[in-house]
Amino acid sequence: MIPAVVSLAVLGAIFGVVLAVASQKLKVEVNEKIGAIIEILPGANCGACGYPGCSGLAEAIVNGEAKIDACVPGKSAVAQKVAEIMGVTVDNIESERKVAQLKCNGGLENCSDRFVYEGIKDCKAAANILNGQKSCDFACLGFGTCASVCPFDAITMGENNLPIVDYNKCTGCNKCVVECPKHVLELVGISHTVHVRCRNTEKGKDAKSKCKVACIKCRLCEKNCPSEAIKVVPPKVGAGSIAIINYDKCTNCGICVEKCPTKSIHFIKDTICSEPTITKQSPEKKGCAACPAAAACGREV
Amino acid sequence: MTKLLIIIVSAIFVNNIVVTQFLGVCPFLGVSKKVESAIGMGAAVTFVLGLASAISWLVQKYILNQFEIGYLQTITFILVIAALVQFVEMVVRKFSPSLYNALGVYLPLITTNCVVLGVAIININENYSIIEAFTNGVANALGFTLALVLFAGIRERLDFANVPKVFKGIPIALVTAGLMSIAFMGFAGLM
Repeated sequence: MIPAVVSLAVLGAIFGVVLAVASQKLKVEVNEKIGAIIEILPGANCGACGYPGCSGLAEAIVNGEAKIDACVPGKSAVAQKVAEIMGVTVDNIESERKVAQLKCNGGLENCSDRFVYEGIKDCKAAANILNGQKSCDFACLGFGTCASVCPFDAITMGENNLPIVDYNKCTGCNKCVVECPKHVLELVGISHTVHVRCRNTEKGKDAKSKCKVACIKCRLCEKNCPSEAIKVVPPKVGAGSIAIINYDKCTNCGICVEKCPTKSIHFIKDTICSEPTITKQSPEKKGCAACPAAAACGREV
Repeated sequence: MTKLLIIIVSAIFVNNIVVTQFLGVCPFLGVSKKVESAIGMGAAVTFVLGLASAISWLVQKYILNQFEIGYLQTITFILVIAALVQFVEMVVRKFSPSLYNALGVYLPLITTNCVVLGVAIININENYSIIEAFTNGVANALGFTLALVLFAGIRERLDFANVPKVFKGIPIALVTAGLMSIAFMGFAGLM
């Protein structure tokens, strides 16, 4: 009895003392600012800033490697607080928040499949096989890779096999844009409501033969635009041409939407970027309420 | 030397700690979603298990056996392992931040890992010498890593498989674990 109690107590005491001494001797100096910034950051670890998690960004900010406003979902509110901690002032924090916009309307009905794809249900895998199963080389493949990478549950796949983006939840973290093998998603300021929902740069006849709602490069939009915002020009990458909206000039007047003969330009007012050809679905009620970034987002839950 | 070789092969394949002895199933299921994290966990376990085997052997020989209090083995070993993991974490953090980042959350997880306690007790039950105990510890950890990495590889592919909805996630993982266990039973004829 006695030796048992004594030896266990002594052993425990020795370990306790060793650990206590070690924790003092081996203390790692952590910059206080890092901890303070971690507190302020949303904590969703979405990776939109390009650093591994919020703590990674906090460290990068303190080391001067990252900008004060690098946290995309946190936006200006977080940037201001971070600036206070770092003791600097920020003037031009981008105020308008960006959301992901779909630039394709080639869903099940509008754009047919060239062959039956039975591989892994993933856009990247599908895109590796003959450029995807869609007739149009530029079309959304519809396997929902964007929906699965979205850390905020903002993207759901609609009945038409096109992603539906919930603007209330989208933080503009850019993850879906990067992951999409077909590049049909783009970040656009939320105030813009007129969007070209086609990326096909082929000639009008070719494009139209593949998809009912393709841009046929008729230039009606360009001719009718009062503010010279929409132009049929070559894309940034690749040959051909496509109607592209200069969002700096666009006034959301909607004239091009009416003039477009193939209805490939859309007027999207809802907070959900719904698929026009199907009835609007209510978004699933999950995610945002549980999201640690909700408070920093400052949006309704 | 032959005995060490037998210990190594036995620990890695024949008596694999996870799929044959069913110890450490919690990390086996919990940290096997990605091969990367599986390797991290395996490295951390190897590190701790090698140390813990040697130190628990010393504690058994010079404290428990000396005072004839062998019945305190379990609590003493837990104490030793917990303190050891804490200490190792501090040392690694101080002297090798890159290793600390790599092992990350897995180090503290090992404190309550039954693999470590199990192997420490097996070492004593088998009457191993300190070198054999250390070898057994490292070999068992390698066996754990092997099972974990194989399982993580299978689970990564399972994510893309057309699994019936009710089986998605953990259920199919458990079925897979069972099949893996049966496969490892094939090594039983080796010795």
